[in-house]
Amino acid sequence: MTATAAIDATGLVKNFGQLRAVDGIDLEVRQGEIFGVLGPNGAGKTTAIRMLATLLPIDSGQARVFGVDVVREPHRVRQLVGVTGQYASVDEELTATENLWMFGRLQGLRSADARAAAGRLLEQFDLTAAASKPISQFSGGMRRRLDLAASLITRPPLIFLDEPTTGLDPRTRGQMWDTIRGLVTEGCTVLLTTQYLDEADQLAGRIAVIDHGRKVAEGTPDELKSSAGRSTLQLQLAPGADAELARQVVWRVAGAEPVLTPESGRMNVPLDIADRAADVLIGFRQAGISIASVSVSKPTLDEVFLAITGHDTGPDDDQDVTDPEESGPSGQTALEEVK
Amino acid sequence: MSTITAGPAPAASPPRAIDPAAAVARTRPRTGIAETAGQTLIMAWRALKKMRRNPEQFFDVTIQPLLFTAMFAYIFGGAISGNVQRYLPLLIPGIVAQTVLTTCMVTGVQLREDMDKGVFDRFKSLPMARIAPLAGPMTADVVRYLIAASLTFVMGVIIGYRPGGGALGVIGAIVLSIFTGWSIAWIFTWFGTIAKNARSVQGLSMMILFPLTFLSNAFVPSTTLPSGLQDFVKVNPVSHLVSATRDLANNGSLSGEVGWTVLSCLVVIAVFAPLSVRSYRRHL
Repeated sequence: MTATAAIDATGLVKNFGQLRAVDGIDLEVRQGEIFGVLGPNGAGKTTAIRMLATLLPIDSGQARVFGVDVVREPHRVRQLVGVTGQYASVDEELTATENLWMFGRLQGLRSADARAAAGRLLEQFDLTAAASKPISQFSGGMRRRLDLAASLITRPPLIFLDEPTTGLDPRTRGQMWDTIRGLVTEGCTVLLTTQYLDEADQLAGRIAVIDHGRKVAEGTPDELKSSAGRSTLQLQLAPGADAELARQVVWRVAGAEPVLTPESGRMNVPLDIADRAADVLIGFRQAGISIASVSVSKPTLDEVFLAITGHDTGPDDDQDVTDPEESGPSGQTALEEVK
Repeated sequence: MSTITAGPAPAASPPRAIDPAAAVARTRPRTGIAETAGQTLIMAWRALKKMRRNPEQFFDVTIQPLLFTAMFAYIFGGAISGNVQRYLPLLIPGIVAQTVLTTCMVTGVQLREDMDKGVFDRFKSLPMARIAPLAGPMTADVVRYLIAASLTFVMGVIIGYRPGGGALGVIGAIVLSIFTGWSIAWIFTWFGTIAKNARSVQGLSMMILFPLTFLSNAFVPSTTLPSGLQDFVKVNPVSHLVSATRDLANNGSLSGEVGWTVLSCLVVIAVFAPLSVRSYRRHL
């Protein structure tokens, strides 16, 4: 018997006035995986997540969370999910402990249990030192951590993370990634949206690429990358090696023209099949060309995204203004980091 | 106990694995009454915490009763009742009603402000009763009504008011005005859930409150008014509240006016509480 899908959504549609923010998206998220929803600003990621988390009415389509219908039984769905949004949804005027205690109590924990859960989470998220400080004194990274902690008090089996690292510095981002991986080892399922390609690549077992409210691709990061085509063989020639000879060998063996950067002795060889890399290396050995380093890389998700959507991952201006949920100051930062 | 733990207990017991099927089995289809009440109290706790951290929120319920009582008494006392002493039994219940009503308005404005904050997003995502985030702050506001009503009476006594209903009558009047405040607050809470922002709640509320409080018997005997206006004053619910408060504080009598006031409060709750919850839900 296969386990019920954590999320099973078909034909999700959401209109904001004239704009169709989500235009018939199907999603199937399996239990225990990290599923990434990748797309530029305004693609409809947040809207889709908010529908699945019962925060926005679904205009059309169906969604089930662990088999519970989102439209018909939202109250039960809310008992199964934790939601952490782009903007910290904790109470600015309360302390960290008070926040967690309150959310625990609101979800039916007894006072002592709520306090214990708050203490445990603050420790887990490295916030114990700030436990009795008001949130207004928290840094952005601390707020995000507290926000995620608040979603975990009752240990829900499904966590929605809407752009969990947007606007965080690289170190805090890495910590957040570790935390997210940790959730899955405890048995959680995670649905995360991101506009960072490397984030989806790092975390997600499977990815859906969303653009203009539609799903344009889905698969593992590797599948998506290989769908975009070729691998690249990167060679660093040893000092004094004959670059011209190397070029001829590559041409003869792989049938491709390498991209040369002669001054550093570096060459990139586009390959249809990664196996060809071995042929190139054997050719070099036979021609007596020595190399300093070699690597075969798949295309990055940036290239994948470009190949699938026909535009890069930057904020898409005409879409951006129409969906208030997703327009934020974060777009520019994301674009820069991706570049 | 056979085992004794020395030193600090282990900080976190190793987390058991999450079992989705068990979690689904544990879900309940809706919140029960006891749960709803509990959640409302927690939301009230939150509001009280915030009040304690922002004491300036109490300005309106402290300054206004003190200032208005003294001001109205000395300005209108002579003109309306011959002297200040004789005006006070008429005026004090009027001020109590007025203060409690303006306090209600603040309830709606603050709710609106609160709803725009990120934390409300989380309240919406939690499996909690939809009425709790509305009823919680209103319940905490009972403290504000209590302060407003009591201070008005205290100020009145300081400048010479001697309530004929005695302590019991005054307490009755205070309890009645708190209950009225809490009920009427549902109207402003509803405004809070339908208005675009806090400013528009304030504007809308002022527009309704001003005529209601001044076109009543709160500050002058209604017999002095032109006949058309008298008719309005007689049906104005604020007049009933004022008369009921006077009956209780000045005569210690549970008059029909008290009954009418309580009845209209119940009607207001029955109409506006469901309206508020509905529009809060739609706000999602």
